[in-house]
Amino acid sequence: MNEIDRQEGAVIRVNGPIIHAEGMGHVGAFEVVKVGADGLIGEVLKLAGDVATIQVYEYTGGLKPGDVVKATGSALAVTLAPGLLGNIFDGLQRPLRVLAERDDAFLQVGAQAEPLDPDRLWRFEPTVKPGEELHEGQPFAVVKESPIIDHRLMAPPGMSGTVSEIKPAGEYTISQTLCALDTPQGKRQLTMVQRWPVRRPRPKAGRKTSNEVLVTGQRVIDTLFPVSKGGVACLPGDFGTGKTVLQQQLAKWSDADIIVYVGCGERGNEMADVLRTFPELEDPRTGRALMERTILVANTSNMPVAAREVSIYTGITLAEYYRDMGYAVALMADSTSRWAEALREASSRLEEMPAEQGYPAYLSARLAQFYERAGLVRTLGGAEGSLSVIGAVSPPGGDFSEPVTQHTMRFTRCLWALERSLAHARHYPAVSWTDSYSQYLSDVAPWWESHDPDWLSQRGEIVDLLSEERNLQEIVKLVGPDVLPDAQRLTLLVADLFKTGFLQQDATDPVDTFCVPGKQVKLLRAFVMFYRRASAIIQRGAPISRVREMDVTQRLRRAKMLEEKELDNLLAELEARMDKLEQQYT
Amino acid sequence: MIRDNPVQYVGVDRIDEPLIYLSGVRDVGYDETVQVADQQGSYRPGTVLEVGRNRAVVQVLGGTTGLSTSQTRVRFEGAPFSVRVTEDMLGRAFDGLGRPIDGGPSPIGGEERAVSGVPINPAARAYPTDFIHTGVSIIDGSNSLIRGQKLPIFSGNGLPHQQLTAQIVRQATIAEAESFAVVLAGMGIKNDEADYFRHSFEDAGALGKVALFLSPADAPSVERILTPQVALTLAEYLAFERDMHVLVLLTDMTNYCDALREISSARDEIPARKGYPGHLYSDLAAIYERAGRIKGAEGSITQIPILTMPSDDISHPVPDLTGYITEGQIVSERGLFLKGIYPPIDALGSLSRLMKDGVGKGFTRDDHIAVSNQLYAAYSRVEDVRGLASVIGEDELSPADRQFLEFGDAFERQYLAQGENENRTIEQTLDTAWKVISILPRSELVRLNDQMLDQHYSRQEQD
Ligand SMILES: Nc1ncnc2c1ncn2[C@@H]1O[C@H](COP(=O)(O)OP(=O)(O)OP(=O)(O)O)[C@@H](O)[C@H]1O
Ligand SMILES: [Mg+2]
Repeated sequence: MNEIDRQEGAVIRVNGPIIHAEGMGHVGAFEVVKVGADGLIGEVLKLAGDVATIQVYEYTGGLKPGDVVKATGSALAVTLAPGLLGNIFDGLQRPLRVLAERDDAFLQVGAQAEPLDPDRLWRFEPTVKPGEELHEGQPFAVVKESPIIDHRLMAPPGMSGTVSEIKPAGEYTISQTLCALDTPQGKRQLTMVQRWPVRRPRPKAGRKTSNEVLVTGQRVIDTLFPVSKGGVACLPGDFGTGKTVLQQQLAKWSDADIIVYVGCGERGNEMADVLRTFPELEDPRTGRALMERTILVANTSNMPVAAREVSIYTGITLAEYYRDMGYAVALMADSTSRWAEALREASSRLEEMPAEQGYPAYLSARLAQFYERAGLVRTLGGAEGSLSVIGAVSPPGGDFSEPVTQHTMRFTRCLWALERSLAHARHYPAVSWTDSYSQYLSDVAPWWESHDPDWLSQRGEIVDLLSEERNLQEIVKLVGPDVLPDAQRLTLLVADLFKTGFLQQDATDPVDTFCVPGKQVKLLRAFVMFYRRASAIIQRGAPISRVREMDVTQRLRRAKMLEEKELDNLLAELEARMDKLEQQYT
Repeated sequence: MIRDNPVQYVGVDRIDEPLIYLSGVRDVGYDETVQVADQQGSYRPGTVLEVGRNRAVVQVLGGTTGLSTSQTRVRFEGAPFSVRVTEDMLGRAFDGLGRPIDGGPSPIGGEERAVSGVPINPAARAYPTDFIHTGVSIIDGSNSLIRGQKLPIFSGNGLPHQQLTAQIVRQATIAEAESFAVVLAGMGIKNDEADYFRHSFEDAGALGKVALFLSPADAPSVERILTPQVALTLAEYLAFERDMHVLVLLTDMTNYCDALREISSARDEIPARKGYPGHLYSDLAAIYERAGRIKGAEGSITQIPILTMPSDDISHPVPDLTGYITEGQIVSERGLFLKGIYPPIDALGSLSRLMKDGVGKGFTRDDHIAVSNQLYAAYSRVEDVRGLASVIGEDELSPADRQFLEFGDAFERQYLAQGENENRTIEQTLDTAWKVISILPRSELVRLNDQMLDQHYSRQEQD
């Protein structure tokens, strides 16, 4: 056998995206192969003797036994270099905008294109000099990828040495050699490009506990169920309850430096929506277009299902790469259930023994590995970077006891459970205040207390109020509200005010679409103060109607529309009005 | 197995409706079309589901009735299943696989296209924002249909989804410009249903703009799995090559899913829920995602899939997976139907996700979204009050709660309910919305701002 033949096998069976090929004794597990005349991309899942089981990431129509299968010698990997930001890729990192311009509006089977523009020149500024030591993960240069993001070119993991040459500042393409390193393994040349296999987490020097809130601007999240930078959250909800809108809100307004948004097995129009709105929206922190800090990975529900399974890994590898530069990165995956279903589909075609509801037994291990890639870390280069992950889950029939929701909840420390009845009443975001939780609360409480020292106790009072209201509602259902004592009717009143005046936040409202922390603490203070003072007054014998009639209650309901500064006036006025009412009952 | 000519074989190993298993075959490609002939020599099409070394599994779209293991002839076509599509197909009727059933000739000219279609590149999509007038308040006012949207109707046995669909098509046809076409795919459709649609399009004078693809209830069920694809292949041609606004009706998607389930179980696949295959989500998505608009093209594909919820259960896999893919849903409710309300739509369970970008200022009217949200919020409270009233009696309700009861009835009888031929303008719809919401005291209307209230709120203060 000559060299060429050794590299080639032949298809013997095609069953949808799963094919079997013989003559594959030389390939490795998880190696990428090219299948058939179109060179469809596939990945070796299993090997038995010289027969490989291969998952093909494209439509396999027309493939026949006998078609050639070529090994590539490498695992499924992504290209990491300047030009990722603002871009949209499919699950295999094909640049969708380039394909749309070159081909037509429809995705051709076997379409190939460089992920990043090979001809574009980038402004390169070296940060090391010849003779200096460069350790793995440390930057040797900076490229201005966008006006606000410095793309740090780093020595790849596993490569350290002495800089022997470095190009002067100037304009270069991503594939030009820019730096030479003398390493114990010999001379190595560095360009702007790194390749990294998507299924392998990028290494880090260590983990840290994060005490900083990932500010999302969504009150129910930041105030009631906050997530830290580097934290993970699970967002389950029945169809139409608001997972995507909330994920997009987080992508728009959270105070991460970089956003990676993975549309995994969901709608094409949702991607079009992001592409349409993000370039026009301004990041409130930097004044730049939101698109400039965003990377989209889109494998919509009608695109090949096998590539959907990869899209999650492609997304998180891109995210880790920016984390390694020392950035706070947040990744939204919508929806991890579609990823799990892709896994199930492959597993079923592989004739594996299913565990629950047809899902393979390794579902939970895969979920755990994925969420493990989040965290606040010390990077190899010695910087601090974080990767927060928010995974949407789409439970069949809205039943949270199904496997994907249950396993995801095991590996995430924060749950934002969406409630169908809230969505039906158009209470958005439909985050349940009784079923949701955040285990990051104690980690981030000091951060909030720097905004308002009473934050934790005030939050506690509101949580108690909301849970008491739920119990009272059970009674109200049976006997009506009128028989309750006034103190309990006050609980109902304030809970109702808090729901509309604080928890509800319309994503489409230009003012209220996001809410800065300073405003959140003042609003919280206003509600708590109102509740405390009104309780005291009612205890002194005032009827609930006196409280309800006060026009400040209506102002409290609409206070979320005010500027942060105006809230101080409202607070002062509230106090004054309560003083006045109180005097009448002394 | 005897090799007859380069691509035709005689005899099959095994027949297991709707599948046939062949061995001794060569050069067969996955998903290619075959023609399967019975003893009489009449051909029925099929597609290749799996190929192995010298063997193939084929699903026979005409069903396997009458095929024998020894006499069956199978011809491999070497290409995926395709149909010829032309503008002349409007005004015509075809079977579920695209063959004429109206006595007319086979289409000529146009283009031959594979029915499986090719996914739209998400970066090439144009986000849909054009409001379609349907004249039905609960849709226009509360769940607006947008050009390029996929908005299904979830129905139940015996509920009037046909009437509603026909009304939408009639009234939308009047409002839309001439570059408007309707493509109907009927999967397992009953003859009287097909006639109903035909007559209703005829009454609207729109029959010439309608193409029907009918896989009747008595046709082999496996045929249905290609019917939506065939219909959408024509729709894509009309929308993206001929610049038309195409409305695609798919009825009944539950029949389509049941056919998929049959094939899946014949292949011994591991089922996910209720016997449906784990890939049902992807199969449905491949259909529903063919709705939309693309940049640089004038036309659009709007889909109204219709499905019956078995036992009125919205968590059944067919409505459930559909709801996870489509851009909202219009949900029918038996309780309202029994109360005599047409259209019997469960307002709270219904949703149009594209509404927010296609109505309001510059599209319909400034107050549209706000008044719609307020209606929802108030109506959701009605449910609670009705529950309470059934426990303690209406007389024991507080005056405020009684107002909610009154509002709830008005909402259902005046806003939701309308005639089957009543075509309301958007102004009429929104004015009715304000009329019923004005039953509630102004202080309850916390979703509306003062400016809108001053302009539209019209309650006669009682005291
Ligand atoms: N925060 C919000 N503000 C305003 N409207 C919202 C909000 N959240 C959800 N909605 C409304 O609910 C609709 C459905 O939300 P969304 O598309 O996010 O649901 P989903 O949970 O992602 O559903 P699916 O699982 O089917 O994708 C939106 O189109 C919007 O009309
Ligand atoms: Mg969604």
